[in-house]
Amino acid sequence: MNAPESIGVVAIFFAAAITNNILLTMYLGMCSFLAVSRQVKTAVGLGMAVVFVMTFTSAINWVIYEYLLVPYKLEYLMYIVFIIVIASFVQLVEMIIERVSETLYNALGIFLPLITVNCAILGAALFMIIRKYTFLSAVSFSAGSGVGWMLAIIIMAGIRQKMANSKVPKGLEGAGITLIIAGIMSMAFMGFTGMITLN
Amino acid sequence: MAPEAGKITLANIGRENPVFAQILGICSTLAVTNVLENTVVMCAGLIFTTSLSNTTVSILRKWIPPRIRMMVSTLIIAFYVIVVDLVLKAYLPEISRQLGAYIGLIITNCIIMGRAEAFALNNKPGLSFIDGFTSGIGYAYVLLVIAFFRELLGSGTVWGISVMGDWWVNWSIMVMAPGAFFMLAVFIWIVKGMIIPDTEEVKK
Repeated sequence: MNAPESIGVVAIFFAAAITNNILLTMYLGMCSFLAVSRQVKTAVGLGMAVVFVMTFTSAINWVIYEYLLVPYKLEYLMYIVFIIVIASFVQLVEMIIERVSETLYNALGIFLPLITVNCAILGAALFMIIRKYTFLSAVSFSAGSGVGWMLAIIIMAGIRQKMANSKVPKGLEGAGITLIIAGIMSMAFMGFTGMITLN
Repeated sequence: MAPEAGKITLANIGRENPVFAQILGICSTLAVTNVLENTVVMCAGLIFTTSLSNTTVSILRKWIPPRIRMMVSTLIIAFYVIVVDLVLKAYLPEISRQLGAYIGLIITNCIIMGRAEAFALNNKPGLSFIDGFTSGIGYAYVLLVIAFFRELLGSGTVWGISVMGDWWVNWSIMVMAPGAFFMLAVFIWIVKGMIIPDTEEVKK
């Protein structure tokens, strides 16, 4: 809400990744976080796909919002426009990497369709509009959010892999225990608050 | 239609509840439950969107090409979310400002998409409306319970009115991020603890 220029582009990146982690403090992208955090390997793949898609779609969305929707007073259409941009970007990227690189497709391909419905992507786009970021701040914010999301899901997958052998109370298995771990992680990330703040 | 509608209602509120059984729509469950008033508005918005988008998808189901059905349902959902957003901005600007991006994020709420995919594409409009509506109710009451306890423990108030008296020390963690995770986990634990013994008896 206050001028983002005062923080600086680099600081926004770290604030978005750590102190204001999009997953642990704003709860975005929980669905895929709970579903795909069983294995570190898949978590890394999904995390990278999120960083990539989030950074680029936010940049595209920012440009469309500032130069197309604002001048024509069509701000109320932003939800539809953003979701179309995200969905078509994901589709396009999927087609391109399928042609260009077999290995990259195998690594990221299966995760891309999941991303269209990942609320973190749309969330990052909406937050950057609400906070009135400049273009550079917006890109750095969304890249930071993506990295933060990836960090959180990899940590969670690591913990869950270790936990596979331990006994969890009945009824708490699966989602329940994952949420409690997320809560503890969120407390840990809160420890960084005060270093950099993002408003 | 009546017995089927009853069955759907029961499933959506109990055993197949979108939040604690299917673990869908968690983002907003966690994000808007720190104050009861916001939660009520959010739930109303979600029930409106999910019941009407389910109906619309169901009416159009014969004309939607299967390959692009996700896109079409997303656009239908986005349309209703814009309606909700504009109504809130006009009549409840303060709450709309507090909820901020989370209203827009109803679009990516997996419950709505899930119901459209799993139910509305194969069923008649009337039943789809009931399914969407009861899924919304199933989501709403879980949120209200969580919000009630978070507000009570975190700020000592219910609906902004102080009920705990002066001796109460606020558990400020409850209104912050970690509290949301813990509260939902405890809720799931209690509910599953009650449901799991039931299902095992049925199996025997």
